[in-house]
Amino acid sequence: MSELLTKSRARNVFYGGSIFFVVVFVALTAQSHRHIVDKATAGMPLTEEVRLGKHVWERHSCINCHTLHGEGAYFAPEVGNVMTRWGAQDDPELAYEILDGWMKAQPSGIEGRRQMPHFEITEEEMRALAEFLRWADQTDTQNWPPNDAG
Amino acid sequence: MKYQSQRVAYAYFLAAMGLFGIQVLGGLLLGWIYVSPNTLSEVLPFNIVRMIHTNALIVWLLLGFFGAAYYLVPEESEREIFSVKLAYIQLAILVVGTLGAVGSYLVGIHGGREFLEQPLWVKFGILVAAVIFLVNVSLTFLAGRKTAITNILMMGLWLLCLLWVFAFINPDNLSLDKMYWWMVVHLWVEATWELVMAAILGFLMLKLTGVDREVIEKWLYVIVATALFSGILGTGHHFYWIGTPGYWQWIGSIFSTFEVVPFFAMMSFAFVMVWKGRKNHPNKAALLWSLGSSTVAFFGAGVWGFLHTLHGVNFYTHGTQITAAHGHLAFYGAYVALNLAMFSYAMPLLRNRAPYNQVLNMASFWLMTGGMAFMTFTLTFAGTIQTHMQRIVGDYYMDVQDQLGLFYLMRFGSGVAVVLGALLFIYSMLVVRREVVKPGPVAVPGE
Repeated sequence: MSELLTKSRARNVFYGGSIFFVVVFVALTAQSHRHIVDKATAGMPLTEEVRLGKHVWERHSCINCHTLHGEGAYFAPEVGNVMTRWGAQDDPELAYEILDGWMKAQPSGIEGRRQMPHFEITEEEMRALAEFLRWADQTDTQNWPPNDAG
Repeated sequence: MKYQSQRVAYAYFLAAMGLFGIQVLGGLLLGWIYVSPNTLSEVLPFNIVRMIHTNALIVWLLLGFFGAAYYLVPEESEREIFSVKLAYIQLAILVVGTLGAVGSYLVGIHGGREFLEQPLWVKFGILVAAVIFLVNVSLTFLAGRKTAITNILMMGLWLLCLLWVFAFINPDNLSLDKMYWWMVVHLWVEATWELVMAAILGFLMLKLTGVDREVIEKWLYVIVATALFSGILGTGHHFYWIGTPGYWQWIGSIFSTFEVVPFFAMMSFAFVMVWKGRKNHPNKAALLWSLGSSTVAFFGAGVWGFLHTLHGVNFYTHGTQITAAHGHLAFYGAYVALNLAMFSYAMPLLRNRAPYNQVLNMASFWLMTGGMAFMTFTLTFAGTIQTHMQRIVGDYYMDVQDQLGLFYLMRFGSGVAVVLGALLFIYSMLVVRREVVKPGPVAVPGE
């Protein structure tokens, strides 16, 4: 093996192979980008309200307790399908009302329960957050999660 | 220490160990919040502490890598660092940025993409620091002797700095956001950081075992080839359920299965080099951390990664404590332990003295490693129950969590061991000035 695989051969295989895999990866990424925009998330328009909702989601660092499509912290429930779980996926008004009611009741203060902080969120932002969660819920995630429990 | 400018590394290692302390204390608090959820819930909520825990980890590992580069590039290139001043400016920017980020998290100013929560000015600061670093080490590298170790190290560091650009790209479309987010997160820890790891491990093996450079460097190219061949398309294992096409399920499953190979190769490499070298290097602690790092990386990143990487398995385990179990052991083995190996090796040389205090250092290795292993087991059990109850039976999240209390209690206990180990490590590095256990007589052959 030592004669067949010299150091310079090993180096050339490394450089050549890496370039090959980078090219394949970039091509697949470009295709995936189109798939996401044209198919996977095309079920609902990406409105200004959804965009605002995403900023609200980010500003309060929700991802560091919850998971969204399974990614995030594992300290609080999955929210990628929360609107389905609440039966509010097709009803924007109901989605807003349940979310608003839930958020306003936090923190519960119950001893021994995980506490969700209180967030200062205006009505406009709360509606946007509900729309963002509905928008996330309509994404084609290859049928993940396996059930509504998330 | 052969070159005066290598001393820059000392300041980097000190800053890294400071943040290491913050990171594990933050982790301990998080573990306690799992046990007793009302703790500080109004003052310091879970999400804020978690940002401090993860960000401190990432920054101190990077500081360790930068310090390691400033230590080994002069030695490999056989010349002084291009500019010592620039190296200190870079460190100052990183320290100010990190403290600024922690401060702004505490008052509620932060972004909301996991691990990339730093305010924009901190992100730019990191970018500037990265550019300074690349200029500084590249000019040193280009002017001097080029070796496979520095080739691979430079390639890893250049690519990881370039990938930081994706930290600034945040599409409004959530699925696109997630896909490009992985270009930093996955391609750091499962591709470019592996190059850095292999290069540092190669350097340590060269110094500690005395094996011929030619042998070490050939191994290194094979290792990093398997790392990138598997790791680049292995990104696919994050593209199963976020809105990306279904074909990633096969690409991700197949290529991320091969991600075990570079970690197995690094473990084999370390043990074979020690066997071949038979050099009796006085720094046993550095040797223990080097072997320990490659072994725990194989289990944490390799075995625990494979455990949930096939898409048929991941469909059920995705987003459960299984991921947390894997994440903790993988980071500890591959990057924490490797950095501590480098600190253990370089600190005595940077301070111009014999490697004292090795017994305490080695005790800290077993405390931390034992603690991390136990933490991984408890989280794996918790995750298994969670996967079954929540994903298969369909019980609700909090009902399931209420059943896992015992595991979280045991996890907190293992966290105490890790924190004690980390503090012992820092103490043995910085405070102790003599050996606590006298070594036995030399050169008595065994029977």
